[in-house]
Amino acid sequence: MKKTKYLLPVAAAGVLALTLSACSGDGGGGGSTAGSDDCSAYESYGKHDGKTVSVYSTIVDIEATNLEESWKQFESCTGITIKYEGSKEFETQIGVRAQSGTAPDVAIFPQPGLLATQARAGYLKPAPKTVSDLVDKNWSPDWKKYGTVDGTYYAAPMLANVKGFVWYAPKTFKDKGWEVPKTWDEMIDLSKKIAADDPNMKPWCAGFESGEATGWPGTDWIEDVVLRAHGPEVYDQWVAHEIPFNDPKIVDSFNKAGDILLNKDMVNGGFGDVRTILSTGFAQAGQPVLDGTCAMHHQANFQAANWPAGTNVAEDGDVWAFITPPIDESKGKAVTGGGEMVGAYKDTAEVQSFLAYLASADFANNRVKLGGVVSANKGLDPNNAQSDLDKLTVQILQDPETVFRFDGSDLMPSAVGSNSFWKGIVQWINGTSSQDVANSIESSWPKS
Amino acid sequence: MEFIGEKLLQVVIALAIFAAVIGLIMLLVDRAPKSIKDKVTVAGFLAPAAILMLVGLVYPAIRTSTLAFTDAGGNVNGFDNFVWMFTQPEALTTLRNTVIWTVLVPLLSTSFGLAYAVFIDKARGEKVLKSLVFMPMAISFVGAGIIWKLVYDYRGPNIEQTGVINFFLVSLGMEPKQFLLDAPGNTMFLIIVMVWIQTGFAMVILSAAIKGVPVELTEAARLDGANAWQQFRNVTIPGIRGALVVVLTTITIATLKVFDIVRTMTAGNYDTSVVANEMYTQAFRAGEPGRGAALALILFLMVLPIVVYNARVLRKQREIH
Repeated sequence: MKKTKYLLPVAAAGVLALTLSACSGDGGGGGSTAGSDDCSAYESYGKHDGKTVSVYSTIVDIEATNLEESWKQFESCTGITIKYEGSKEFETQIGVRAQSGTAPDVAIFPQPGLLATQARAGYLKPAPKTVSDLVDKNWSPDWKKYGTVDGTYYAAPMLANVKGFVWYAPKTFKDKGWEVPKTWDEMIDLSKKIAADDPNMKPWCAGFESGEATGWPGTDWIEDVVLRAHGPEVYDQWVAHEIPFNDPKIVDSFNKAGDILLNKDMVNGGFGDVRTILSTGFAQAGQPVLDGTCAMHHQANFQAANWPAGTNVAEDGDVWAFITPPIDESKGKAVTGGGEMVGAYKDTAEVQSFLAYLASADFANNRVKLGGVVSANKGLDPNNAQSDLDKLTVQILQDPETVFRFDGSDLMPSAVGSNSFWKGIVQWINGTSSQDVANSIESSWPKS
Repeated sequence: MEFIGEKLLQVVIALAIFAAVIGLIMLLVDRAPKSIKDKVTVAGFLAPAAILMLVGLVYPAIRTSTLAFTDAGGNVNGFDNFVWMFTQPEALTTLRNTVIWTVLVPLLSTSFGLAYAVFIDKARGEKVLKSLVFMPMAISFVGAGIIWKLVYDYRGPNIEQTGVINFFLVSLGMEPKQFLLDAPGNTMFLIIVMVWIQTGFAMVILSAAIKGVPVELTEAARLDGANAWQQFRNVTIPGIRGALVVVLTTITIATLKVFDIVRTMTAGNYDTSVVANEMYTQAFRAGEPGRGAALALILFLMVLPIVVYNARVLRKQREIH
């Protein structure tokens, strides 16, 4: 059926078509180009010549190119053609497409909450056993939980990021004789010292502006504090709404973060008063760390890509980062982070084979080798991480002592996680009290 | 290549189907028995438009109306969404802001446009002066939002200013101001952007209308001893009444639907949200399509009387001419 559709344009562009076909041999599975490569690693995925799998996700630009590169050999060895489509509108469009019957075969969800919505609506197919076994083998049980909806296992994690890095300039720290803080209290003490010592330098810079998503970097702050001050149990209860959003523990966490964010002596290096946090774009917010206008900046590992070209990100370079230190050390080495979940709308053999590949250590290694991202896959060889920061991130993710929790706002219902929580942060920075903000977010939690 | 080929083919097929359907309709209309031929002709030619209207306008309208009475899970919840809209302080702010917008923007832009049109009428360099004011009209709302966001930009008092207005404030020895963060002033600063865009539109239409007022009338008024203001008040204004109504209502409708400016400049934060923005946020970001639909319905009800009035004035004018 597909073949006949191309007949007319091919005939119309006769000469061109002839030239093209002469170049590429047979158009079947594109197997000719990869003839020299070794396919032995891909034997377990089977042969599916002429089959196509469509993939839809939020990943675009250079990241998308790298992603497609990472399954090139899988395509040539199995004969499956992967039709990839990335879109910034994914979050709204995936629902529209599923409802209208034009869902992709495979979707890569950046938020477990969205995955759950699609699964509960009955669109997603449960993950095949091979995928489920791979996830048991390669990921911690936490990660498996994010792909499980109402007891059914749907999606394997793909890549991961780690939030709550505090970025700083090692040279400034060395010159001034500051130590990287080991606890939250040390960090506050250091901040106070910086605020008192140097009138031209603020201890922190921050920026929460992100268009319609303004406020999200602030949710990362709160999540980091909740997890570090009250531990994973409270964090899980909070995210699942087993304790209310305005629980005293959460309000207390807002206040703890507010010790830094709402204090005019602590912020906002290079931009002005506390409220400039709202008008400063999250990608530019960290820049004053480089010229010494501020000392520290709280942002996920992907901040590495936000520094100007040529910035050396290394322990002895221009900028480096430490993980937000523990508040209550009995709660363990806690980190928050995010990642993508791979869900399927079809359960054909070629789709299952592709899912198994994405869940495998092979994929994680192939993709991480191309740089810029990491995975929480235990089969990932840390030496494949391209930068020092990627290596550090992999170490944190693979450390068995690490208590990892998924970004809370991504797990909450979207009416909270991508609406009232963001808006609450904006009001909070703009002067509303922690208690009032928590109350108003609590009241927006969906009843059903 | 493959993609373009596929799309081209689809276009060709669609055009062919369209031609075939129209041809079929014409053929059937032509073959109809004499006795009912008129009726068949009318039906035949109206049908395609009517069907498209049903599919593209009536069906979505009905669907939105029913959606407005359901919750996030798609269950009927009566008037809950409307109760939410008229009780939640946040939603009330949205409604209040929309009212402020729809009162101020049409009045301000029409007044400015009218004043400008009158003052530069027959002035030297009229064309250049006019195009200067009309130019913002060519900029998209999103573009205008970004431009003005830079104009309003803020940095702390001891830091070099990047925003134009704050730069001047600081050079004059004043404190810089957070234009977009302080309610309710920030809504005014957003409204300025819309007025900036719409003034050009009002000016062009009204300028043309003023040129259409017969010179004899103005001259007669002048001979009768009317001063400039009396001429304007008693001759020009009645002469351009129709144009004024069109300008006012058109800008009002555009203002009711304002979305892009608010979204690009504040994203509805700091108490600046308007109905259209909240509609999008609720339906697509918060996952509450029912609330979004309810807001859409309210917006529709607000626009409806203005559209009806506009249409009636236009029809009356046509009857006079």
